Amino acid sequence: MSLLREIVENLRSFVATVGAVALFLMRTLAQVPRALTRPGLIIDQIHNAGALSLVIIMTCGLFVGGVLGLQGYDLLQRFGSEDALGTAAALALIKELGPVVTALLFAGRAGTALASEIGLMRATDQLSAMEMMAVDPVRRVVVPRFIGGLIAMPLLTVIFIAIGIFGVQVVGVQLLGVDAASFWSQMRAAVEVSDVMEGLIKGVVFGFVCSLIAVYEGYTATPTAEGVGRATTRTVVISAVLVLIFNYMLTAVML
Amino acid sequence: MSHSAQAAIETRPAAADNLVEVEDVHYSVGGRTIFSGLTLSVPRGRITAIMGPSGTGKTTLLRLMTGQIKPDKGRILFDGIDVTSLKLGELYRLRRRMGMLFQNGALLTDMDVFENVAFPLREHTKLPEALIRNIVLTKLQAVGLRGAARLMPAELSGGMARRVALARAMATDPDLLIYDEPFTGLDPISMGMIVRLVRHMNYALGITSLVVSHDVEELAELADVGYIIAGGRVAAAGNFAELKKHDSELVNQFMNGLADGPVPFHYPAPDYYQQLLEGSA
Repeated sequence: MSLLREIVENLRSFVATVGAVALFLMRTLAQVPRALTRPGLIIDQIHNAGALSLVIIMTCGLFVGGVLGLQGYDLLQRFGSEDALGTAAALALIKELGPVVTALLFAGRAGTALASEIGLMRATDQLSAMEMMAVDPVRRVVVPRFIGGLIAMPLLTVIFIAIGIFGVQVVGVQLLGVDAASFWSQMRAAVEVSDVMEGLIKGVVFGFVCSLIAVYEGYTATPTAEGVGRATTRTVVISAVLVLIFNYMLTAVML
Repeated sequence: MSHSAQAAIETRPAAADNLVEVEDVHYSVGGRTIFSGLTLSVPRGRITAIMGPSGTGKTTLLRLMTGQIKPDKGRILFDGIDVTSLKLGELYRLRRRMGMLFQNGALLTDMDVFENVAFPLREHTKLPEALIRNIVLTKLQAVGLRGAARLMPAELSGGMARRVALARAMATDPDLLIYDEPFTGLDPISMGMIVRLVRHMNYALGITSLVVSHDVEELAELADVGYIIAGGRVAAAGNFAELKKHDSELVNQFMNGLADGPVPFHYPAPDYYQQLLEGSA
C-alpha cells in the first residue's frame, strides 16, 4: 500500500514538474521578442556557451573520429570493404554521434555553467535586486542564455562532425592506408542532404532541451550552496537522459 | 487600470504625509502565521526604522511592501497606490520609484562597479552615454567610490559593496530607499560610513528612508521613528526615547539586548531532566 502511495506521489510530483517547466518555457518564450532587441546580450551568451566550449568539442570530436576510424576499419576489412570507411563513419557522425556526443558535452560544459551561474545569482539576491530595479530577470538573464545555447548547440554539432570526419580521415587514410580518393568519393556519393538535415534537426532539438533544462534548474535552484550544487547535478543528469530519449524518438521518426 | 491611476504610478502627486501605509496586513506561509493585523506607516521625508527579533518577518514585510509577495488580507499603499492590486507591469513601473539596498549588496558579479551603477539607467532610459557616465560618476562620488569605478564586485570589501549598491539604488533618483539589514557584518568604520550616508541621502535629497535592522544602537542614532514588530504585529512604535522607556517586557528585552525574557533563551524542548534520564536508560 505504501509502495502504491509512493508511486502515485512520485507520478504527481513528476507531472507537477513537467507543468512547471512548461509554464517557465512559456514565460521565457513570451520574452523572446523583447530580448531580441538587445542582440549584444545574446552574442555574449553565444560566446559563453559556444566559443568557450570549442576546445572540448574539437578535442572530443577528433578522438571520437579517430576511434571510429580504428573500429570502422577493423570491422570493414573483415568484409573486404574498407573503402566504405568514409561513408560509414560520416553517416554515423552526422546522424548519431555528432549531435548526441555534442549535446552530452554541451550539457556538461555549458549547461552546468548556465545553471550554476543563474543559481548563484539567485542565492546572492542578484535576481531579486533586478526585480527591485524593475528589470525582469527572465528577460534580462534567462532569455539571452536560452537563445545563446539554442544557437550555439547546432553550430558546435557541425564543428564536432567536421573535426570527427577529419579524425576518421587521419586514422583511416593517413595511418591505415585506406585509399583517399575512394574514401572521399564514396562519402560524397552516399551522404544525402536529408542525412545532414537529420543531424542538424537533432542539434537544434538537443540545444533546446539542454538550454531549457539548464536555465530552469538554475532559476528554480534553492538559494543555498547545496541547492546550487544539486541544480548543477540535475542539469547534467536530466539533460543526458532527455537527449538520449529524444534521440531515439527523432531517429524513429526521421529514419 | 484607468488612465489616471496609470499616471499616478508614473508621476509624483503632492500627497499625504505618509509615503507608505500598511493597513491590517495578514500573511501566513506554510501554515505559519507571520503577520496578523500589522498596521504601520512610513512618514514622507523621514527615516523610519523597523526592528524586531530574528524571524519576526522583517524581510517578509519588505517583500510585501515591494509587491514581491501578496498578503492574505489587508492593503499596502505606496503614495496612495495599492501595491497588492497591481499587475506585474504596473508593479515594475512603481518599483522604479523605489530603491532597495540588499543585505550583501547583491551587485551583479559579471559587471564592474561602474556598470552596476549604470545598470538601471541602461535598462530604463535611452540617455546618451556621456550623460550616463556623468550620472554614474556623481553617484559614485556621493558614496566615496569614484576611484573604484573599474573594480569588479569580487574585489570590494563588504562595506564598499554596500556603498556601491547604495549608489546603484540612487541612480534613478527614487522616492523611497529601503535598506535591508544595512549594518550586518560591517566593521565600525564602514558602519559609521553607512550611517552617515543613509542620513545624508535622506536629508540632502529629500527622499524617504526605511531601514530594517536589529542594530538598536545604530538605529537610535539614525532613525526618526521606530517600530518594533513581534508576534505578527507592531509591539511598539515611536521615537527612540519613547521606545527605550516602553513598559512592555518584550520591547524592554529587545531595546536593552537582554538574553532572556518573553523571547526565551531556550528553544522549546522537552523536560531537560527527563531527557537526560532517557539517554542513560
